[in-house]
Amino acid sequence: MQDDPPVPGGVAVVVDARGSHCPGALMELIVALKHARRGEFLLVLADDPGSAREIPEWLAKVGQRHVSTRSEQGVLHIMVEKTRG
Amino acid sequence: MRIMIVGAGIGGTILANRLARLLAPELQRGEVDVVVLSASPRHLYQPGLLHLALGQTTVDALYRDQRTLLDPRIALLIDEVVAFAPDSKQVRGASGNAYSYDWLVIATGSRVTPEEVPGLAENAHGFYTEAAALRLAQALQAFDGGRVVVTTGVPHKCPMAPLELTFLLQDLFVRRGIAPRVDLLYTYPIGRLHSIEAVAEWARIEFARRGIRSATYFNIAAVDGATRTVHSEEGLSVDYDLLIAIPPHRGADAIERSGLGPRGWVPTHRRLLTMQGRDDVFVLGDTTNLPVSKAGSTARFQAEVIAANLASRVRGGGDTHGYDGKVLCFIETSRDRATYAAFNYAEPPRPHAPSRAMHMAKTFYHRLYWSSLRGFP
Repeated sequence: MQDDPPVPGGVAVVVDARGSHCPGALMELIVALKHARRGEFLLVLADDPGSAREIPEWLAKVGQRHVSTRSEQGVLHIMVEKTRG
Repeated sequence: MRIMIVGAGIGGTILANRLARLLAPELQRGEVDVVVLSASPRHLYQPGLLHLALGQTTVDALYRDQRTLLDPRIALLIDEVVAFAPDSKQVRGASGNAYSYDWLVIATGSRVTPEEVPGLAENAHGFYTEAAALRLAQALQAFDGGRVVVTTGVPHKCPMAPLELTFLLQDLFVRRGIAPRVDLLYTYPIGRLHSIEAVAEWARIEFARRGIRSATYFNIAAVDGATRTVHSEEGLSVDYDLLIAIPPHRGADAIERSGLGPRGWVPTHRRLLTMQGRDDVFVLGDTTNLPVSKAGSTARFQAEVIAANLASRVRGGGDTHGYDGKVLCFIETSRDRATYAAFNYAEPPRPHAPSRAMHMAKTFYHRLYWSSLRGFP
């Protein structure tokens, strides 16, 4: 079993979107990022497989940083850094 | 012993009425009182606002006197809560009165905040207040062709609203004979047409069939009223003749001011619906920070759980029920067809083809709304 990668200052916000079919993990992340500060790290927990593709795809479009994705017991751990805005 | 419910929307009203039945002996003996604190003496049927905007209903059909919707054993106080003080087990109203409780249920709902996006409040139509819905109804009546852009903020009320609005608009334009002159563009914040993949796929096929265009990964950044352009965080810009927004929303001001939860959403135990760190405070409906749809059905299912657990606690027992994330949403796809999505934390939604039968079920539900507030069974 791996751990989430260490990030400077630690994880500022955990977006726990497990069981969220609607509005879903990406929508929860969009809200959390809006209110996070630049340089903060957010950890998304999601159990829908689509988030592994969709979240990095959206982060690339808006210029935010996808740090890592790993899966543990069916739960995706997606680390994100707010780099702009 | 006092149970205080702050907020008299669908969740608060159903909860109060269920408690009146579950705690009938205790209420009769005067051992318990259940008090509803509401900002308004009138109850608004929120889903009706969309139909008001589309000219399908009238203002008077959307309201009832709140007192008439509550069991006579429930006390109703009209005062807008301005502060929560959980340490002293009190809430304070705009009147200056302080209200004490033994158990508190926060059911203050949410409020749209288009002002969070530059230019949105000034330039976009909406339908989440009576005034906005009436303005949109007038704008639609005067509209004779051009580009209509539907745009959605995050987070937003009822996740079905953007699609439902779009389908009903297209239906309206067809019926008015102006569809060939209308370019209907649906925008959505994520990479498909709806959060639920099955609904998104069904909508993709319907859009193609009905000639509705779409732009995904579109989060509204700003609206420029002078050039009639809406810009997205992702760098897209689209022109519009008529802009209709499902705006972002937040929880009640009093929650933010009292430090109970950022943006007015109270951190909530996902199963027991208690406020995190507070065993004597429950959270109901839109007010929770749970990752579930902010919709009337959510509040309805949660009210059942809270009512059962509160009744058990009054009698010295423990919590007997848990919320499983259940949500049930109808989607009107035209004037005579509808479908629905049902799901919970563990079970994803499964698609159902739109049908006349489901449209009739939804119409029936609309008509039953007022009596369903009684909280039966």
